[in-house]
Amino acid sequence: MELLVASAIGVMTAGGIYLVLRLRTFPVILGISLLTYAVNVFLFSSGRLTIGAPPVLSDDVTTYTDPLPQALVLTAIVISFGMTAVAVMIGLGAFLGSDDDHIDDQPEPRETEGQP
Amino acid sequence: MPSILKDRFALTLLGLTLSLFFIVALPFLGALLPGLMNAAGRAACAGVTFTVSLAAFIGLLTNLPQVLRGELVTARVNWMPELGLNFTLMLDGLGFFFALLILGIGLLIIAYARHYLSRDDNMGEFFTYLLLFQGAMVGIVLSDNILLLLVFWELTSLSSFLLIGYWKHLPEGRQGARMALTVTGMGGLAMIAGMLILGQIAGSYDLSVILQNRELIQADPLYLPALILILLGCFTKSAQFPFHFWLPHAMAAPTPVSAYLHSATMVKAGIFLMARMWPVLSGTPEWFAIVTTAGLVTMVLGAVIALFKHDLKALLAFSTVSHLGLITMLLGTGTAFGAMAAVFHILNHATFKAALFMSAGIVDHEAHTRDIRRLGGLRTLMPLTFVIATLAALSMAGIPLLNGFLSKEMMLEEATHTVLFDSPWLVPVLATVGSLFSAAYCFRLIGHTFLGKVRDDYPSKPHDPNPGMWLPPAILVVLVVLIGVAPFLAEPFVKIVTGSLLGEAAEVPKAYFKIWHGLVPALFMSIAAVAGGLVLMLAFKPLSNIWETAPRPEAKVIFEGIVETAAALARGFTFGLHNGAFSRYAMISFVVIVAVGYHAWTSGTIGDATRVVQAAGPVPIAGWTMLVAATGALVFMHRNRFLALILIGIVGLMVSIGFVYLSAPDLAMTQFTVEVVTIILLLLALNFLPNTTPSESTVLRRARDTGVAIAGGLAAFALAYHYMLRDAVSTPISEFHLANSYKGGGGTNVVNVILVDFRGFDTYGEIIVLGIAALLIYALTETLLRGPVRARLLNRIPDQPRAGDMHPMMMVVLTRVIMPVVLMVGFYIFLRGHNEPGGGFIAGLVVSIGVVMQYMASGFTWTSARLKYPYHGVIGAGVLVAGFTGIGSWFVTKPFLTSDFTYVRIPPFDKFELATAALFDVGVFLAVVGAVTLSLESFSRLARRANADETEHPMDINPARAEGSSDPIEPVKEGG
Repeated sequence: MELLVASAIGVMTAGGIYLVLRLRTFPVILGISLLTYAVNVFLFSSGRLTIGAPPVLSDDVTTYTDPLPQALVLTAIVISFGMTAVAVMIGLGAFLGSDDDHIDDQPEPRETEGQP
Repeated sequence: MPSILKDRFALTLLGLTLSLFFIVALPFLGALLPGLMNAAGRAACAGVTFTVSLAAFIGLLTNLPQVLRGELVTARVNWMPELGLNFTLMLDGLGFFFALLILGIGLLIIAYARHYLSRDDNMGEFFTYLLLFQGAMVGIVLSDNILLLLVFWELTSLSSFLLIGYWKHLPEGRQGARMALTVTGMGGLAMIAGMLILGQIAGSYDLSVILQNRELIQADPLYLPALILILLGCFTKSAQFPFHFWLPHAMAAPTPVSAYLHSATMVKAGIFLMARMWPVLSGTPEWFAIVTTAGLVTMVLGAVIALFKHDLKALLAFSTVSHLGLITMLLGTGTAFGAMAAVFHILNHATFKAALFMSAGIVDHEAHTRDIRRLGGLRTLMPLTFVIATLAALSMAGIPLLNGFLSKEMMLEEATHTVLFDSPWLVPVLATVGSLFSAAYCFRLIGHTFLGKVRDDYPSKPHDPNPGMWLPPAILVVLVVLIGVAPFLAEPFVKIVTGSLLGEAAEVPKAYFKIWHGLVPALFMSIAAVAGGLVLMLAFKPLSNIWETAPRPEAKVIFEGIVETAAALARGFTFGLHNGAFSRYAMISFVVIVAVGYHAWTSGTIGDATRVVQAAGPVPIAGWTMLVAATGALVFMHRNRFLALILIGIVGLMVSIGFVYLSAPDLAMTQFTVEVVTIILLLLALNFLPNTTPSESTVLRRARDTGVAIAGGLAAFALAYHYMLRDAVSTPISEFHLANSYKGGGGTNVVNVILVDFRGFDTYGEIIVLGIAALLIYALTETLLRGPVRARLLNRIPDQPRAGDMHPMMMVVLTRVIMPVVLMVGFYIFLRGHNEPGGGFIAGLVVSIGVVMQYMASGFTWTSARLKYPYHGVIGAGVLVAGFTGIGSWFVTKPFLTSDFTYVRIPPFDKFELATAALFDVGVFLAVVGAVTLSLESFSRLARRANADETEHPMDINPARAEGSSDPIEPVKEGG
């Protein structure tokens, strides 16, 4: 189980990094989303993996999984939605303004910037 | 102590305490006034500045009795005691002496500047800067805390920058100001490091404590670095070799500034600090070698250069450099007599040099030139100025009956006892050579400016100025003569100052201040210097020719070369990393994170695995396979953007299912609902963005990115895997949460209790962040719709064919039927959240999806016409509800967000719980609903403008409606 989760984290991280390094806004946003999944699962796994023991108190259960990482990840998921939305909006605004969805400034003949 | 005495003692202390703060604060507060008084006229502006300085001066004098009794006056306010940074002031003899110079000469300078500045100059600005500078200087000399001292130290650098560059239209002024700031600022940085080391060694940043720890500090291995760093600060400030070059360039400042900052006060700050630190830092071979050598070289070099300068102020600038070198050398000897000579010379130099600067300013002001080659014969034209300048210059040359002679004699006397680099001759000979050149430039100053024939080609006809300009230097020259004739008048004061300089490190020397000491070596050295000076003066023409033709390094060129090189290096480095390309930043971040992580991995210790790998059944393996396959497919097929959305949806879904499997139902619900809104959001964005990503990166680039990605993935995998197989190093706080969730928080769903109770403050911050993000999206949309983008959007032709029936009847009916169900589900999830999986976050997301469905099915216009509350208001209400719930606990004198709960039973229902945390959760719920819907609504507003032909009807085709007329049942409202 641990191996599955860890390798899933690794795969999502690798995919996320590769997509973040692309040249257009949309794949970069997808990459950020993948990285978000990876980070959330990683944070969640810091409570170690427990199967079938949700942190909902009950009189006839004695073992529970670690609730704290869950609480932290829960807000992280919601916040990451806000972050993704802002990133998408910025990318969209840039595209609508310049008809270009490159993530980097396109090289243009740059004046030698120096002090007078 | 009898109580009455104690009370009186306390009272006295209180009075003095106010007084010290008053002295430092007055110039700073007063700095506001000149600017305000600017409109009231020049006299009023100068008058108010003078009054402020005078008040500070009188405040200082009220402390004179205590200082004369040898008492230490202190004042203290704790500022940041954790950092050892306290606002502590201290006044002893040394501080009093410097404060007296700063405020006393300051008064004369203000009077002089009133008449010096022309009507074109902004006097209010000038005096504001001057008072800022004055306050900073007084702060330096009265600080008892070295961190506080550093703050004031940097303030003098800044205010002197403003003063040197006061004439902004002159390039020399700007360049000189920049050079001065660079050099003194760099020195200041070095000094910060030195002071921090010193404070670490002594265990306190209070000077009064540091000064008690001479042995401890000098024995510390960090003594030498601290010494060098502090001396760097002192040497740059006091223009010691090799940092002497900035001072002459700072002479582009108005003459009052040169007279004040660059002769009497700021350049003495470095000297002051060396004197202040003398008891702890001096006396070691390192101190002796560095300080004495630097002082000696500066003294000789400055004197030689000064002789060949044709600009009066440049000559005086280099002579100042030379005299500062002399004082530094005296402090460097590390003997009590040397220190006393230094104190005496500081006093004498301040008097004669300020007078000389002001005289040079008068000549410049009246003759409109400071070039010695164009002057001469001013003796008859400006007799008063002639007398003032000549007496001051003769004092500087070391002629008996003037004060400069006395301290120079003491310096030569000290030089004969100083053995540097095992040579008893080195210091005396160089000191004599320095004095010789010093005498020569003084004679040149008098001879070439005032003596000789009256010329007829002055740029302006010179004459003596009004008393406002000649009185201030005249007052100083009176002091020059008075001390020169009757040295015993200054002796007690100089000895008190020397006493506080020496502290407990040495006894004040018994030597008396006399004009005639007998036929001692110093006398012969003095005679040699004056005679040699005369000879040099007579042979000036040929010597000057040799000097002009001789190659010599030009400091300004070197300095600018260094600055240019440093700037080019910085540019190269910065633009290499920081070229505006996001991919490059991302690449650098990933590589650095992996590299640093690898370093931590290899340098740390990794314990043995304490947990066993749990077996995974076929279901988890199937889920894993789907996740990995979807991620892989996403990477390979991301160019088709719609497909990519589906694939990332699969990844998100698998993550949610994983959460369910791994005992995190709350997370699964959140992830699932967030997934839905994220996909809707991305779909809305894709409405505008191109539907495919072109293939443009090179194979090499892709290979490189793949390499980085695999390295990052492996690192994440390894870290996660190792982490999961080991238990926490210490007991996690989760045990506490589990144990107290029900007892303390009244809920059995521990995750929810953590969110709304244990870590409620955290959640509160997060809903605010979410609200800000939504508002940011709204603001960006507004900006886009107001700018040129709007026209583009209106003229845009959709890249996909439009559906014939944009709002299908089935979907409209279905979503409307579902809406109450969705709200019910949301309500249920919200209510049960405290005890079962659910809560405000999830309920908020569910309800937003319900609202968004209405938008999708019935159209934007129809839905927004039915909205009663603006989303901004909903976000705000959420944050306010959560905030007021938190504040509510103040009324029962509990900290912010303390929760309480109780159980209520209303027959015939079962008993249920009422908790303040639930009210907080309402806030979370509202904020989430508002934020999510506002974001999505903003996106769709863009789309709406693009296809403005939307109807206000929920359905495009409605059999109940006659074509062409509006539906009488539905409320019709124009979309706005």
